[in-house]
This record gives sequence, structure tokens and C-alpha cells, in this order.
Amino acid sequence: MHATAIIEVLSRRLPADTARFEAVESRDGMPTIFVPAEQLPEICVVLRDDPELRFVVLLDVTGVDYYPRDPRFELVYILVCPGVAGYGTAPKRLRVKVRVPNDGHVPSVSSVWASANWGEREAYDFFGLTFDGHPDLRRILMPDDWTGFPMRKDYPVQIREAVKTYAPLQVSEEEFLANVKAGGRPAASKASGPAGRHD
Amino acid sequence: MSDHDLPILTTTVEKVVQWARRSSVWPVTFGLACCAIEMMAMSASRYDIARFGAEVFRGSPRQSDLMIVAGRLSRKMAPVLRRIYDQMPEPKYVISMGACASVGGVFDNYAIVQGVDQVVPVDVFVPGCPPRPEALIYGIVQLQRKIDKQRSFA
Repeated sequence: MHATAIIEVLSRRLPADTARFEAVESRDGMPTIFVPAEQLPEICVVLRDDPELRFVVLLDVTGVDYYPRDPRFELVYILVCPGVAGYGTAPKRLRVKVRVPNDGHVPSVSSVWASANWGEREAYDFFGLTFDGHPDLRRILMPDDWTGFPMRKDYPVQIREAVKTYAPLQVSEEEFLANVKAGGRPAASKASGPAGRHD
Repeated sequence: MSDHDLPILTTTVEKVVQWARRSSVWPVTFGLACCAIEMMAMSASRYDIARFGAEVFRGSPRQSDLMIVAGRLSRKMAPVLRRIYDQMPEPKYVISMGACASVGGVFDNYAIVQGVDQVVPVDVFVPGCPPRPEALIYGIVQLQRKIDKQRSFA
């Protein structure tokens, strides 16, 4: 399915001017379209549910830093239609690109594809892009207390910082008893993040 | 049977302790990257560190004497490495295996610890990228010589 055909379906399902969607040439031949950031979740629902499209799998979400170009960041979503019974007529792929506004805010699509959750966390971790509506936007690969976003082009790659090891986990008596009462699971106050693991 | 034919060996307690320690160096299973493949080759049949009494890789740091840091250590992994080291009983030893563990290797960047001696005290550095199993065996033999000279009752 060609990119222009996909845009045609999108324009039919989302009544507005077609100029919002833009097909671009890609060297590998994968259909590639640009879509506007502000309507991303609505567009993605159509891409997932339209019987002609049925891109039910989100393989990857990744950011790209085009510093010093403006707009600086782009997001790339790799979609797959498996083409098996109930999920589309033929296997196909689609690359959806989004130009990120300068405030770095993009609507989350984790409500459309559950796999977007971690992909968006990775894009946040490395590029500092904020996904509005994301259920759990925190770092995924870098340490939780890291400062800066390493995949940005202006990040000082060869920084030398003191290595953090750990401080032994200190649990007060009240916290310990609360943990026991909660059936071995951490109590609500300690539930978010591995608190106390780092100095 | 004359007096000097008695089946008795005289030595010191210290020498016996040194001999016992160096003759059964048990490494903890701790592979971080591609060096771990060479570490596994070292313990397998072709190179066979059982010849040097160090073949038993333990799954628990509580039963280990030696930590072979085999591969690049990321900053996020550093607390884990330190915790495993702290869980090992004394006396304990560390071999830094390969260029990445020793000085960061090709990974001159924010994510990789530039030398594991910033996290744990290292006894032997083994150079190479990755070191061949023979090189690691040589490192273990060097460590055994070091243990042999260690004064237990100084």
C-alpha cells in the first residue's frame, strides 16, 4: 500500500484538509508520512482500526535530533499490519513521522498501542520529549536520578562524573510493619521508583 | 624406619591457609558483556581452569571468592556490582577482565564506568579486547601467586 493511498484513507476518515498529511520519499521504500502532532492519537486510532489499514502493531517509537534545525526534534513510529485473519488483508508497514513542536510536548499514543508506553519512555529518557497523557512517564534506561538527555546532539558525551554505587536500603520500623501488612509488597509511599537505592 | 622417614610434613598454619585459598578460587558468575564468552570458554573443556582449582562458578556471591568483572560496566549497573561484591565473604578478590572493565575501552562516554576500580578494589587487570582464555588463566595464576604472598596472620 502506497503512502498516498494511506493518506487518502486518513483524509476520508478524518474530514479536514488533506494538506495536514504529507507523504515523503524514503530510501528503503517503506511508506512514510508526516502527520501533525496535535492530532496524533485520533490519527493513530484510524491507522489501527480502519479495515483498509489495520496497523495493529506499533514496533518502535524513537526520537531524532536534527539540531540545529528548526523544528529540532522528530518522532518516528514504525507500524506493522500483520496481514493475518482479522488483522488486515496483506502484511504491510508504515513509518509515521511527527515534527515535535518547540515546547517538546507531544500527545501520547500509549492509549492506542500499549507498546508505545516503553517506547515513549525511551524517547523521554534520551531526548527529553514530554508525552502528554502518558500513564507513567519516567526514565527507562538511564538511572532514575540522571540529569540531562544523552541522545541530544548538544549533550556532552564524554562527561566524567563520580560513579554512584549505593547506600544500603534503610527501612524504618513503621515502614517495615507497613510492608508486612501490605503482604510483602512495598507500601504506597515507597511504591514509585526504587527509592533509597542511590546516594 | 629411621626418624627422618616419618610420614610427617611440617609447615606453618599460614602456609596451609595460603595453599588452601589459592587452590580453590571460586569465581562468582558475573558476565557483563562479550568478555563473559571468553570467561565461559576458559571454564569449559578446551581451556579448563579446573586444572588450576578455579572451575566452580557459583551462582551466589555468598559462596564465591573471586569476582571476574567480564565486560563494560554501565553506571546503572555499578550499584549492583558493588552490592554483589559486598555480599561476597572475605577474603575476596577481583579480576578486571578486558579493556572496558579496566579503563572503559572504546566506550568513552557518559554511560560506562571508566574503570571498575572506581567501584571495587581490583587485584589483577587482564588486558585484551576481549582477552583470550589463556590470558584470563594467566590472570588467575597471577592472582594465585598474589594470594600465596598474602599474610594471613601478620
